[in-house]
Amino acid sequence: MHAIEVENLSKSYGKVKALDAASFAVRNGELFGLIGPDGAGKSTLFRLLTTLLTPESGKATVNGLDTVKDYIAIRSRIGYMPGKFSLYPDLTVEENLEFFAALFGVTLEESYDLIEPIYKQIEPFKERAAGKLSGGMKQKLALSCALIHRPGILFLDEPTTGVDAVSRSEFWDMLSGLKERGITILVSTPYMDEASRCDRIALINEGHILGVDTPQGIVDGFRSPLYSIRSRHVFALLNAARQQEGVLECYPFGESHHMITDSAFTKERFMKAMSGFKDLEVKEIEPTIEDMFIKLMKR
Amino acid sequence: MKHNFLSFVKKESLHILRDKRTMLVVMLIPVVLMVLFGFAISTEVNNINVAVVAPERTDGVKEAVDRLANNSNFTFKGYIGQERIDECLRTGKATAVVVFAADYDRLAMQATEGVPVKPIIQVILDASNVNMATSATAYLQSILLGAKAQQAMFETRMLFNPQMKSAYNFVPGIMGFIFILVCAMMTSVSIVREKESGTMEVLLVSPVRPVKIIFAKMIPYFTISCVVLVTILLLARYLLGVPMSGGVSGIFALSLVYLALSLSLGLLVSTIAGTQMAALLISAMVMMMPILMLSGLLFPIENLPKFFQVISNIVPARWYIDAMRKMMIQGLPIAAVWKECAILLGMTVSLLAVSLKKFNDKLE
Amino acid sequence: MNETVISVRNLTKCFGSFTAVNGISFDVHKGEIFGFLGANGAGKTTAMRMLCGLSYPTRGSGTVAGFDITREGEQIKRHIGYMSQRFSLYNDLTIWENMQLFAGIYGLTKKDTDERAKVLLERLDFFSERNTLVGSLPLGWKQKLAFAIATIHRPDVVFLDEPTGGVDPMTRRQFWELIYEAAESGTTIFVTTHYMDEAEYCSRVSIMVDGEVRALDTPTRLKEQFAAESMDEVFRTLARGAKREEQ
Repeated sequence: MHAIEVENLSKSYGKVKALDAASFAVRNGELFGLIGPDGAGKSTLFRLLTTLLTPESGKATVNGLDTVKDYIAIRSRIGYMPGKFSLYPDLTVEENLEFFAALFGVTLEESYDLIEPIYKQIEPFKERAAGKLSGGMKQKLALSCALIHRPGILFLDEPTTGVDAVSRSEFWDMLSGLKERGITILVSTPYMDEASRCDRIALINEGHILGVDTPQGIVDGFRSPLYSIRSRHVFALLNAARQQEGVLECYPFGESHHMITDSAFTKERFMKAMSGFKDLEVKEIEPTIEDMFIKLMKR
Repeated sequence: MKHNFLSFVKKESLHILRDKRTMLVVMLIPVVLMVLFGFAISTEVNNINVAVVAPERTDGVKEAVDRLANNSNFTFKGYIGQERIDECLRTGKATAVVVFAADYDRLAMQATEGVPVKPIIQVILDASNVNMATSATAYLQSILLGAKAQQAMFETRMLFNPQMKSAYNFVPGIMGFIFILVCAMMTSVSIVREKESGTMEVLLVSPVRPVKIIFAKMIPYFTISCVVLVTILLLARYLLGVPMSGGVSGIFALSLVYLALSLSLGLLVSTIAGTQMAALLISAMVMMMPILMLSGLLFPIENLPKFFQVISNIVPARWYIDAMRKMMIQGLPIAAVWKECAILLGMTVSLLAVSLKKFNDKLE
Repeated sequence: MNETVISVRNLTKCFGSFTAVNGISFDVHKGEIFGFLGANGAGKTTAMRMLCGLSYPTRGSGTVAGFDITREGEQIKRHIGYMSQRFSLYNDLTIWENMQLFAGIYGLTKKDTDERAKVLLERLDFFSERNTLVGSLPLGWKQKLAFAIATIHRPDVVFLDEPTGGVDPMTRRQFWELIYEAAESGTTIFVTTHYMDEAEYCSRVSIMVDGEVRALDTPTRLKEQFAAESMDEVFRTLARGAKREEQ
């Protein structure tokens, strides 16, 4: 049995189709990433799975329970951290935690061993109002609150948005730790570079699931030759490269540009044609998740 | 699961206690309003300018005017002609004008002998300051007529404020207003705040039933309202001297019903509003405005256009304020306001039912 | 290429006993895309406010677009463009109305406004959509549009505050192309972000930690210097040493 199963799930808000026939499954104990930009339908999917919304069509199960029929039963078995970290800013760290414990009818002591690795980092500030914590600390508190009743499945909607790079990296380490303890985690993020921290990922855009696989599997599906080119003259290079024979596409990618070519393309011929760029560097590279996302979007 | 209900109440109370400014405002507003009215009602009457209109300056008239001029509370401004009454009052030259009848001496004599006569002294007052006008009338009456005071001989006409609203008539109005403010507005804002901050999502995705969440939210606000209620009643009784001879228990009982009604109203607003701003606006437009305009708080309902009189029937505050006036000021027992009680109870039950039905445990 | 557009020396801002920005110095050249990075609370926002003429430095000096940041704040505001993810456009106005509004704020003539608006919209292929309400556009479009509007008065410097957070990868590329193009034509771009993949697009990057600039170079050389694979790693190495608690 899968921890989460989604079959042809759709949801519209008025005329806008937020989620269009999405299907995928999350295995037990998996750290599964839902990756897509803002407005892709990630939050809608989370709200459908956490039983806050009713699907328009299609079906989803969590722990084998139907999200429509058995929604009450699902609610006590999952941990959920909505997009905006939902804490009470005027309550202290400790009061927040105690409240969420009481909400699920447990005590802090009962669950302390599970949340300890996370909570002990913010415990020195337990008298502080949650609203006065930094982004990273709020995130840790919200995660502690979501874990307090020892849920089997954790739903984390964009937990790393608005948090700096150090805290984001620490957060992913914490998730790996929770996975070790057998918790299934569904996490969403708009940042492609976080995909590699997941066991498997689903790429989502405009309500459509573009692909589901391991990060490596996704990248392996790229199949076209891909080059990275760079020069000091960034913009001129971009325009010039697009005119060259055999270049299907060229787009900015950080310091360099990525160039997708057809099989007839040769590096030598390209270098010769672009000899006007004295500092030109061209090398064939492995695609990233982001390259694949762009490719799938165009399809 | 009793444990988590209490922790809900505790959490709500903490929210309220941490927000000291709001808390202070809520506790202070009723006190300030009551004290303001308390001072306004002060019976001290000093330096009232009086002009006299007397077609014949007979002995009787002179004697009465002397008594007036010698009284420290009044300043005699001289005799004026009939035609200048209005001008004097309007320009503020005189606050009261005393008009003697043409054959005052003869009529006064008849009156003392017990013969029924038409009024022989008319007092015309600027009643824009009600309290001053009321006291001034009483004083004038006793001074002008002396020991021979005869009600029948005296006619008073109030200008500018014919209803003679007494200050403590406002007390029930203040109550009707404050409880909506505390219960309805604050409850709705506090529920909607959770929607806005996303905490509502987590609450809903917990095993706790929405009904519990709601009642836990209401309890602290209900408690505050009760404190406010007691404060208002104490101030009304001992500062303003509102009689409340109809029995305090009845006043309490009906007030509790009204509190419950206000809370349900707040809940209903919270199911409609998506943002705190919207909740505030709805509260202000849909609840405050009708209370101010259509409940008899500012304008007597009988003076409203027919259309608004009909509308005022669905404003809960109207019934509450009505009943409170009867019980607090006229001193009627609760049995006398059974109709108002029944209407308020009915409204409470239906509002609560509707809002509980509307408050579902999903986001749509 | 070496004309200096932003120059600050020993810039310091204190709030009471707390030193938010502690003696930072750097130069930004014309046509450069300058990445201004730092953890939350490192002093990025405070520094940027001073550069935009919104707050006075406690000590130190600086010029932006040739104007002194202490004395000529009003002039600076007229010569810079500003776009942030939060401050977007007015959703209840059309694209065209938004452009007219912002052009008006910067005192462009009617004729100039119409010309600029047309040029900018044609470049985005939006001209036919000019009467569409901004609120009905997808996020990526809004951001491209916001950038175009930030350049409507031909500013010397454009300040971008986390411009492409959360945008889909394709739109984000189009966005950076717009920035490259603007930089190519001589506009200086000053980007603050805490997303390191945005940093990789910049010509040079500075990293603030505890109110000080701890590193400043091209992304390539920074990666070499810290023996790191990505800017993310560079940043984490630097920011882990932070003593100040983030806010």
